[in-house]
Amino acid sequence: MSRNVVVVGGGPAGLAAAKSAVDAGARVTIIDSSDQLGGQFWRHLPPERAGADEARLHHDWQTYQRLHRRLTASPHCEIRTRTQIWAIETTPDGVLLTGVQGAPDARTEAPIQLHPDALVLATGAHDRTLPFPGWTLPGVYTAGAAQAFAKAERVALGRRVLVAGAGPFLLPVTESLVKTGAKVVAVLEANRPRNLARWLATAPWKLAGKAGELTHYVGTHLRHRVPYRPGRAVVAAHGDDRVEAVTVARVDANWKPIPGTEKRYAVDAVCVSHGFTPRLELAVAAGCRLTADRFVRVDDAQQTTVRGVYAAGEITGIGGKDAALAEGAIAGHCAAGGDTTDAVIQPAVRRRRTMGAFSRRLDAAHGIRPGWTGWLTDDTILCRCEESRVGTVRRTVAATGSVSLRSTKLTTRVGLGICQARICGRNVEDYLGQLGDRVPAGDASSDHRPIVSPVRLGDIARLADPDTPTTP
Amino acid sequence: MAVDVAVIGAGVVGAACAHALTARGLRVAVIDRSSAASGTSSHCEGNLLVSDKGPGPELDLARHSLALWRQLAPQLADDLGPAVPPVEFEPKGGLVVTITAEGAQPLIDFAAQQRVAGVDARVVSLAQARELEPWLNPDITAAVYYPEDCQVQPTIATEALLAAARRRGAVSYFHHEVTGLITGKDGRVTGVRTDRADIPAASVVLAAGPWTGELATRLGAGVPVWPRRGNVLVTTRMPHSVFHKVYDGDYFGATQSSDAALQTAAVIESTQAGTVLIGSSREQVGFDNSMRVEVYAEMAKKALRVFPFLADAGIMRAYGGFRPFVPDHLPIIGPDARMPGLYHASGHEGAGIGLSVATAELVAAAITADSPRSPLGPIDPAPFAVQRPSLQAYLEEAA
Ligand SMILES: Cc1cc2nc3c(=O)[nH]c(=O)nc-3n(C[C@H](O)[C@H](O)[C@H](O)COP(=O)(O)OP(=O)(O)OC[C@H]3O[C@@H](n4cnc5c(N)ncnc54)[C@H](O)[C@@H]3O)c2cc1C
Ligand SMILES: Cc1cc2nc3c(=O)[nH]c(=O)nc-3n(C[C@H](O)[C@H](O)[C@H](O)COP(=O)(O)OP(=O)(O)OC[C@H]3O[C@@H](n4cnc5c(N)ncnc54)[C@H](O)[C@@H]3O)c2cc1C
Repeated sequence: MSRNVVVVGGGPAGLAAAKSAVDAGARVTIIDSSDQLGGQFWRHLPPERAGADEARLHHDWQTYQRLHRRLTASPHCEIRTRTQIWAIETTPDGVLLTGVQGAPDARTEAPIQLHPDALVLATGAHDRTLPFPGWTLPGVYTAGAAQAFAKAERVALGRRVLVAGAGPFLLPVTESLVKTGAKVVAVLEANRPRNLARWLATAPWKLAGKAGELTHYVGTHLRHRVPYRPGRAVVAAHGDDRVEAVTVARVDANWKPIPGTEKRYAVDAVCVSHGFTPRLELAVAAGCRLTADRFVRVDDAQQTTVRGVYAAGEITGIGGKDAALAEGAIAGHCAAGGDTTDAVIQPAVRRRRTMGAFSRRLDAAHGIRPGWTGWLTDDTILCRCEESRVGTVRRTVAATGSVSLRSTKLTTRVGLGICQARICGRNVEDYLGQLGDRVPAGDASSDHRPIVSPVRLGDIARLADPDTPTTP
Repeated sequence: MAVDVAVIGAGVVGAACAHALTARGLRVAVIDRSSAASGTSSHCEGNLLVSDKGPGPELDLARHSLALWRQLAPQLADDLGPAVPPVEFEPKGGLVVTITAEGAQPLIDFAAQQRVAGVDARVVSLAQARELEPWLNPDITAAVYYPEDCQVQPTIATEALLAAARRRGAVSYFHHEVTGLITGKDGRVTGVRTDRADIPAASVVLAAGPWTGELATRLGAGVPVWPRRGNVLVTTRMPHSVFHKVYDGDYFGATQSSDAALQTAAVIESTQAGTVLIGSSREQVGFDNSMRVEVYAEMAKKALRVFPFLADAGIMRAYGGFRPFVPDHLPIIGPDARMPGLYHASGHEGAGIGLSVATAELVAAAITADSPRSPLGPIDPAPFAVQRPSLQAYLEEAA
């Protein structure tokens, strides 16, 4: 009998997983909260503007189209977009997923529950932005938001834009901005040239066999003469109603700002990204163990420590879309009952090996260093939902002598707002960790989010009614 | 250096004991295997209720506690200054309603009994109830208003009590797990063993919340305190729309029952942060903290019976804790005759935040052979004694 596989996440990893599960003979349901499949990498234009030139805006658009075509053509694949899975629990006979389907906020949302034979989690990651004085001013964007805006609206974010943070994804963001006609005054990478040189030398995307995307991005930089400055960070943004200027400083190898190196630049927009935070909440709720650096632990078959639950893509390590595609293909194949030694899956197995090495180097070159807390001031907002400031948190911790992460959150309200600590969770943990021995474990960890995204009380109540549709 | 008293557990009860003991000039060590407010005291709500208690010793203890909290809240703020946030003491009052026709009379009768015991319990008309709570379900069948019910933020309350105790010299040993007691030749307790160090102490207070049963057995002084799981749903911030502690009369059934199976009843209140807390469930599932949507669904359904408007509220968080449950529904407070020098302070089930401060007075009075300090006068320790008749069978079994 064919297996029933549910894939949560319709990015590169989830698409590849769904395809290989269908190929292996499973009945597949692929779920994504967005309007369309594609995930972070293939973010679509708004429907009213979807058009011929999506291919031009996106890299590797043919891969998306090939995967998407295969899934829509298969009678064994059900695509559920606009479907948010908000809870997962383990039962004696496997996992139970609970979600809502429909337009967010609309009363027409329908609760759904799914009880698959195997589950592939491909929930991806979101940008991580470190706080600095002024980071909540209008005109300061996360790189992901800036890129989405650039792609969707195709309007320049500003006339003088600064891109800052860490990681190779600053480059595609810069490219998108430049394409909309924005003037990018500089790209600041917090890591030092020596780390980067080693990383650049390995030209990772080339290794992966793709048409040298990195070279391509570097090319864009040169063509538009965008200066790329390693070892520097934005340490403050200034302005009344919106950002008007930033202070940039040199930082040491630990990202600690070097006093006396500050320079002020006039800008009208800043895009910052310091890395990614994997969306681990579903995996954590399912009981999957994490690695020491807080990704989902998987074996060769991409199976997590929970039987029948597989994981692929950014939640298992930050490696870019090619790694996500390879891992997804293996996860879907094995979730459908296949084996890692099967011939069809060997190309993916080989690519995963190459990409794994890449993502380790990526982290070595671009991982967040602890010195960033050196640019915080007492006035800096740590948690933007609750507007908790660094000074208040520090003074409360000193006065209570608390070493509990949970308690500190509840006394100062950092990380308790509507974003469910997605924006600030890891920053708060790092900052408080530097003040004392707090361990982000158990339900004190920002990865623990039994309610994955806000859900209406009415939708929860409806589950207590017996005629809630339960599929499949 | 030996301390006068070692308190095991830095939950609200341990913190209140440290506070009351240091107020009497004793040297105190507070020991927790994790840290302050890491257990039930940060996984609960902060209602200080008389409304849910029938006449009897628990109600008496609650009334002493409320009187103490009224004094303590401003005093803690004065002692600690602005660096510790206020404990959010709110004398907001409680409103108990019923939705069913059968529920109405028992609720009204219960209020009459409470009035005899001195509780301000006012049966109000449905129109008055809707004045107190404009968003209430218009189909309610009865309502009783309890102006004495109050609320604190439990985690801050725990941290504040402990911080104030620390200012008077209390020392905390966090990340120290208690593994045993040290006893002298005469069998008297002389200190506490932890996985990291021995802590000599003239007396020991066991305030390990729902873990007390397990730990007490290990220490050779078994008492029947077990976990009873409860869940809370938290909404996103919303305009202030729930003004009192509001709950469904069903709730009494749940608190007074010993049934191990799942029970839910709607208990709803706003917090000063702008969220609304929706409880609650009761279930005996050991220390299993896995979530079950089915439980949330039952809670949600019951909450909507009281406040239909909450259907549109976004739930952004859920958490669960373990109430320290005792089979006769009374906390265990005072000296343990089996082990001189050992004092108990646990088993407050769903009322430990409220009862902590009067409990601490009883403990401090027992240790110093003094009397409890309460604005309402003497507190009778007898009903809470370890060696009380209703616990006899369990103690024999433990021995
Ligand atoms: C600004 C930026 C630029 C980048 N540039 C490049 C580049 O040039 N080259 C490159 O290789 N990589 C790039 N990347 C990285 C690339 O986007 C990721 O590696 C890739 O998208 C990861 O794929 P994924 O399938 O793991 O996750 P994602 O693409 O993030 O997909 C996860 C999906 O899961 C869905 N989801 C999550 N939780 C739930 C839930 N509970 N219920 C329902 N749905 C859910 C989300 O809506 C999302 O669609 C870039 C990333 C960013 C942010
Ligand atoms: C959902 C829910 C809602 C509630 N609502 C209310 C309410 O509205 N009002 C109210 O008054 N009460 C309420 N309660 C009850 C209240 O939370 C508890 O009665 C109270 O928190 C118990 O406090 P405690 O100090 O006894 O235990 P805890 O706070 O659990 O503290 C015990 C401490 O002992 C430590 N410990 C355990 N074993 C060891 C060891 N071997 N060595 C060292 N340390 C150890 C633990 O780490 C822990 O910190 C609620 C409870 C729940 C679950």
